[in-house]
Amino acid sequence: MKHTLAVEAATLGYDDRVVVQDMTLEIPQGRITTIVGANACGKSTLLRAMARLLRPSAGRVLLDGTPIDDLPSREVATILGLLPQTPISPEGIAVADLVGRGRYPHQGWFRRWTAEDDAAVEEALRTTDTLDLADRPVDELSGGQRQRVWIAMALAQQTDVLLLDEPTTFLDVAHQVEVLDLLTDLNRRRGTTVVMVLHDLNLAARYADHLVAIRAGHLYAQGTPAEVVTELMVEDVFGMTSRVITDPVSSTPLVLPVGRHHSGTATTGRAADDERAAPEAPLPADALR
Amino acid sequence: MTATVLERPAGATVAAGRRARSRRWRRVVVVLVVVLLAVLLLTLCVGERTYSPLDVLRVVLGQDVPGASFTVGDLRLPRALTGVLVGVAFGMGGVMFQTMLRNVLASPDVIGISAGSSAAAVVAITVFGLSGATLSVVAVASGIGVAGLIYALSWRRGVHGTRLILIGIAIGAMLDSVISYAISRAGIYDVNEAMRWLTGSLNSAFWPVVRPLALALLVLVPLATILSRRLGALQLGDDASTALGVPADRSRLALLVVAVALVSVGTAAAGPIAFVAFLAGPIAHRLVRGAGALLWPAALVGALLVLVGDFAGQHLLGLRFPVGVVTGVLGAPYLLWLLARSNRTGGSL
Amino acid sequence: MTLHAPAPAPAVPARGRSVSLRRRRLLGLVVCAVVLLVMVVASLAFGSRVVSWPDVVAGVLHPDPENIAQAAVHARIPRTVLGLLVGAALGLAGAVMQGLTRNPLADPGILGVNAGASLLVVVGIAWLGLSSLDQYIWLAFAGAALAALLVYTIGSMGREGATPLKLALAGAATTAALGSMVSMVLLTRTDVLDTFRFWQVGSLGRADFAQIGEVVPFLVVGALLAVACARGLDALALGDDLAVGLGQRTGLVRVLGATSAVLLAGSATAIAGPIAFVGLVMPHLARTFTGPSHRWLLPYSAAFGAALLVGADVVGRIVTRPQDLEVGIMTALLGAPVFIAIIRRQKVREL
Repeated sequence: MKHTLAVEAATLGYDDRVVVQDMTLEIPQGRITTIVGANACGKSTLLRAMARLLRPSAGRVLLDGTPIDDLPSREVATILGLLPQTPISPEGIAVADLVGRGRYPHQGWFRRWTAEDDAAVEEALRTTDTLDLADRPVDELSGGQRQRVWIAMALAQQTDVLLLDEPTTFLDVAHQVEVLDLLTDLNRRRGTTVVMVLHDLNLAARYADHLVAIRAGHLYAQGTPAEVVTELMVEDVFGMTSRVITDPVSSTPLVLPVGRHHSGTATTGRAADDERAAPEAPLPADALR
Repeated sequence: MTATVLERPAGATVAAGRRARSRRWRRVVVVLVVVLLAVLLLTLCVGERTYSPLDVLRVVLGQDVPGASFTVGDLRLPRALTGVLVGVAFGMGGVMFQTMLRNVLASPDVIGISAGSSAAAVVAITVFGLSGATLSVVAVASGIGVAGLIYALSWRRGVHGTRLILIGIAIGAMLDSVISYAISRAGIYDVNEAMRWLTGSLNSAFWPVVRPLALALLVLVPLATILSRRLGALQLGDDASTALGVPADRSRLALLVVAVALVSVGTAAAGPIAFVAFLAGPIAHRLVRGAGALLWPAALVGALLVLVGDFAGQHLLGLRFPVGVVTGVLGAPYLLWLLARSNRTGGSL
Repeated sequence: MTLHAPAPAPAVPARGRSVSLRRRRLLGLVVCAVVLLVMVVASLAFGSRVVSWPDVVAGVLHPDPENIAQAAVHARIPRTVLGLLVGAALGLAGAVMQGLTRNPLADPGILGVNAGASLLVVVGIAWLGLSSLDQYIWLAFAGAALAALLVYTIGSMGREGATPLKLALAGAATTAALGSMVSMVLLTRTDVLDTFRFWQVGSLGRADFAQIGEVVPFLVVGALLAVACARGLDALALGDDLAVGLGQRTGLVRVLGATSAVLLAGSATAIAGPIAFVGLVMPHLARTFTGPSHRWLLPYSAAFGAALLVGADVVGRIVTRPQDLEVGIMTALLGAPVFIAIIRRQKVREL
């Protein structure tokens, strides 16, 4: 069964601080949606609200058209899976057992392990390339390995919708691409709706079917990466000057930052810098920011 | 992606590992049960007069064995049973707290939960002259009441483990001063009585104590076992737990209620036996080593600690010491060592 | 959240802020002085009998031995002085501890100092046959120092160093551990119990001038060390790395600060018994007047601590007559709710 997730006029915050204002967003079903934005713009907060970790002070989050808070928690957990940002692993637990916790929503009160559960865990481990770590204690693993184990736990939940908050943390470039590729596999083969927060704009542009840009708690733009990622958008959302070209490998938008140095043209090369700089020139006021 | 020609059915690799761990867990539990039964038999046989195991068994089965029936049947048996039940209560309650709050140091005797029962009992003894069943009821009610107060005070859009621990410590300190005050004002006889209560002992564990204790545990222990599944999710952090369909705050509340009830009931029966609630979890953890849930191993370890502590206190140390002193003296350095070690490695069970 | 470069910080508001801060500090100074004065007078005047003003003056300056009222006042002088000294010491020690550990919840009592002192006092009474304050004052001191060392060491093990939670738990667990050892001794020796149970409740009524005099040198040294650390503590508040970057010798500051805290807290506990929460709460109260600068925070904490303790003693004497409610109880009953309020106010992540 295919499930839909949407946010309707939601206002989100912590204590008295409002982080997201009046946000309406519909997550395209069966697609990969990536949420981008500058630090503290509310993208993680938005994801947490979608995962029902945070209750909106106004508006609501809808799962299949029903407010998510009205649905029983366990039922939601069979539909919606989450990779949390700072998970805790109990001391001494084996990888396979930790991933096995992902089967809780399917197991009811009396914890009967079925072959189906084992199969789900094994597939999750295999997909994240952690099967050979299955019997090792999680606390012995490196940061990258641990991250993949947590992703495996979310995968073992076998949900139709998967929410991931910065899944590429701690991963080196090779593994980052690997994880994003496996999420794409999941989406293409099973039609899983993937929603992820990514801080790397280029990876986000490459892997997203649908890109959502958030600025200061408001929806700035959404659409395909080609539509959304423009030099103006980068300026507005990230406060950065850039050039946007087409990525020669993936044919998606590629953002090239333009800083004060190494910016290509003759008038801003190293020779030009030396020429222009007077010996006693003071540092710019905001250089030490 | 991966070879589709596999001789083993999907999931077999994982299942093999899981079953091996499951077997190890069962082994640990079986060994603990056997040792517990052995120690139980020992405490029934050995004492000022030693009886043969056969005689003891006959008394247990209800037969009348002249010379043994009274000592074994009316003195040692209720004492041993109380010890086991109280140990189970403390062990389970303690490990539930430590797991829920994700900190091995967050044990009810450290964060002021037991102090609730103790303070009420001391005041009841020294100011109101209560004793016996009334005293026990007061102790249980106060333990639950103080725990509720700590919970309510730490509630602020949900309960965070850290805040609960710190507020518990503050309330514990306040209650300790109430205890000090009561002791400093009381007559010396009441003081002795109060100190005896404060140390935890099985000296007044006769049949009238066993029955209500057993009944209470009959309700609480199955509840705890059912709820232990939620413990597994809560261990992973509030976010992960909610994601798995186990709502963090509600589950924590339910677990707290059962854990507090367990600890309060144990305290009412035998006083606050030092450190059993604290130590049972970590000891069980070292035995089980990630092979499975800690609830029942901790319960069994708790029972063992109480039985062995009482036996040592009665027969092995020259003078007769109540079990609370033994566990206190032996537990204290182990507590400090665990503290140091847990700080080094991160602290959660 | 801005998208453009922020405008340079205007100069005028900064000056404006410091003017209001200065005004607050002066106001605080006045309030403090007034409160102290009132407390001292109250302490001399009130108690199981209330004394009139002329008698108070006479009792202090040249007491007439026949006049009971004046004799009462004269008898209250040592406890007032003790209250001022111990309160100041505890307030100061608390402020130093909180600065050293960057921990808003540090307090000599919570960090196990009281438990350590208790243990060695009990040992002294039980096995060395000591029976008077003179004798076990040194043991209390040593016990306080050892316990503080133990708690700090254990609490700072691990990756993150001494986080508030770890220190508090280390303190609570150490208190529990040492407390059970105390119980063990008390259980077997009723005579010890009978002496100890009175010391265990912090009180200002037990020491005379001679004993106070013995402890004063330690208090003075402790206070001087604390003042010497003030600037170092300000730097430490920014984090070790930054402090070192600013040229502070963090190791030295830590040692001086810890020594000062132990001298102050240890002496206070030795002479008055365990008193909790003064060191915890006063720095927070002082900070509302002084801001974070330790040069002001330390003296203010001391002054407020002195006022609180003398005040608590007065209340304790009035509330239950004839026997007074000891200071140790009062501060616990008053201090715990304030502690809880502080915790509730803080964002949990900061802890």
